[in-house]
Amino acid sequence: MNEDYPMLEIKNLHARIAEDGTEILRGVNLTVKPGEVHAIMGPNGSGKSTLSYILAGKTDYEVTDGDILYNGESLLELSPDERAAAGMFLAFQYPIEIPGVATMTFLKTALNAQRKARGEDELSTPEFMRRVKEKAADLQITMDMLKRPLNVGFSGGEKKRSEILQMALLEPSLCVLDETDSGLDIDALKVVSDGVNALRSPERSFLVITHYQRLLDHIVPDVVHVLSRGRIVKTGDKDLALELEKNGYADYVGAAA
Amino acid sequence: MNMEPRTLETKAEAALAEAYETMRDALPGGAGVARLRTEAFDAFRATGLPHRRVEEWKYSDLRARLKDVPAFAARRSEADAKAVLASAGEAYASVDRFRLVIVDGHFYPELSDVAGLAGEGVTVRPFAEALAADGEALLDLPVVALADAAVGLNAIFCADGLDLAIADNTKLTKPVEIVHVSGAEAASTAERVLIRAGAKSEAVILQTFVGGVEGTFSNTLTDIRAGKGAGLTVARLQAEAAGTTHIATATLTLAEEAQAKLICAGIGSGFARHQSFVAFDGENARADLLGITMVRDRQHVDQTLVVDHAVPHCESREIFKTVVDDGAKGVFQGKIIVRPHAQKTDGQMMTQSLLLSENADMSLKPELEIFADDVQCAHGATSGQIDEDLLFYLRARGIPEKEARTLLVLAFLSEAVEEINDEIVIEAFEGRIKDWLSTEE
Repeated sequence: MNEDYPMLEIKNLHARIAEDGTEILRGVNLTVKPGEVHAIMGPNGSGKSTLSYILAGKTDYEVTDGDILYNGESLLELSPDERAAAGMFLAFQYPIEIPGVATMTFLKTALNAQRKARGEDELSTPEFMRRVKEKAADLQITMDMLKRPLNVGFSGGEKKRSEILQMALLEPSLCVLDETDSGLDIDALKVVSDGVNALRSPERSFLVITHYQRLLDHIVPDVVHVLSRGRIVKTGDKDLALELEKNGYADYVGAAA
Repeated sequence: MNMEPRTLETKAEAALAEAYETMRDALPGGAGVARLRTEAFDAFRATGLPHRRVEEWKYSDLRARLKDVPAFAARRSEADAKAVLASAGEAYASVDRFRLVIVDGHFYPELSDVAGLAGEGVTVRPFAEALAADGEALLDLPVVALADAAVGLNAIFCADGLDLAIADNTKLTKPVEIVHVSGAEAASTAERVLIRAGAKSEAVILQTFVGGVEGTFSNTLTDIRAGKGAGLTVARLQAEAAGTTHIATATLTLAEEAQAKLICAGIGSGFARHQSFVAFDGENARADLLGITMVRDRQHVDQTLVVDHAVPHCESREIFKTVVDDGAKGVFQGKIIVRPHAQKTDGQMMTQSLLLSENADMSLKPELEIFADDVQCAHGATSGQIDEDLLFYLRARGIPEKEARTLLVLAFLSEAVEEINDEIVIEAFEGRIKDWLSTEE
């Protein structure tokens, strides 16, 4: 981490869907400092998930203008795996099922690939197992789940807990949570939020993308942004989320036009 | 059958005809065997090598592939055979097993663990010797295999191979590996391996096909007869050199309550056809057929199977997975026949292919021919590419693209690999699969 720069700086980011050219982001500006939790809220179709995919490097989208700086350096030319090794983590809204890849194998492959990319030694199997068991227990993930193919047959809540387990194990410095609350009941929301809160530290930042305010009762943000029609139209503190919960997005939907 | 009149004889066909005229008097077996060979030869003269207008060989045109046929390999000296064997590399080097060695179609008892197997209740004879002693009964095959052109060619030319008989109630303590090695000079081979598993016997048999060079033409036939209540796994690993033409037929006949698993990994050779003919001969038997094919460059690998449910109450399961890269071609043909009185048949066939390049080519032909009314039969066939969303997910977790693709190919194959259910075979096959995946084109 570079002390001289904010952790994440999104500058005038314009992006479109690569296949059909539909413009999604129309000049997003955002700065996240180390240790901060920023929430991005907004109505459906405002570009929230697109922003998270672009941060992670999905090639379905094309950046047409602006830049994304991570610790002062542009991310745009980095592949998704290079971004991950640099400390970026996206918790997927819809974690993908991969039949034939055991969860444990996947976790070990991912962790060691990142360590290798950073020039660190691979973890020994006992050390890896120790870490997985410890973190899995915190998230109420059983060994039986870890033996199953990745996310296959997992309930919605199990999939989200699996995402947080990956995050805890990979120890990223920038965590992007894309609608992590979707599909969770109250109890599961608590487990997932506790998992996220346990990872909060002065060196780690979070970008929490959500449609609803209730997640922010558990993961309390420092800054709340409203994204509408591909632009951030309002920024405030956690009270902004409460106001949105009360009044809806109607006031902001027109603002970006 | 293809009955159109022959017009032009190809160079390869002429060479085969000439080879038979030269060899016929020296081929093993008595008058009955000689008569079978002559009948097979007459059929060959009438139809020639199978080609694209023969439905069963539509996607694997052997006539077009074989520009010429080299002379059939003579028997080598023991020292020479040993050297060929040593140069071939071993798939099961670390496995405690009984090994039987066939070099260029000839069996070498002196290089094989014949005595060790005798101690377990297994009789092993060179096929030439068995044929001379027991005659044409050894050449009996399931009816669904009889019309096949490659089966016919094997009957004409088979000069040796081995006859392996497992006594009733014998449970082998170690797997048996049958190594088929082709030498470094282009030659033709046509060995026959007969495996007779006695009632309630249990065995794991590993067949490996290795070696060969550009021009090698091997046409092997393995005839497996599983006795009443026998439990048999036959795992075939085809890893020949890139330029060979390799036809490997397996026939499997199951007696009452027999359970057999026939596994085939087709990874090597330039043009290979692995064909399996399965016949249920007694009730309550079960056959599992598993196939893994991985091809690249200009390879052509075919997995063809015919499962004949001739009696009631039997089960068959087929899982075939094919990975095709570059401009290679994969072929799968699977036919399940359920005869009119074979009620309560349960047959399930699944075949999937994964195409790794724009030029990869796959032909899938599943067929069900059901003449009984109280049966459960199904087949599924799919063909697709690596799922970009899965790839992105893995990469977003820090796994580099090449490694992520490897993981997804392994995941694609995993269903077939897991069903093997034998640690030794799984380890050997996974080793080959990973070697294949780590090889740069």
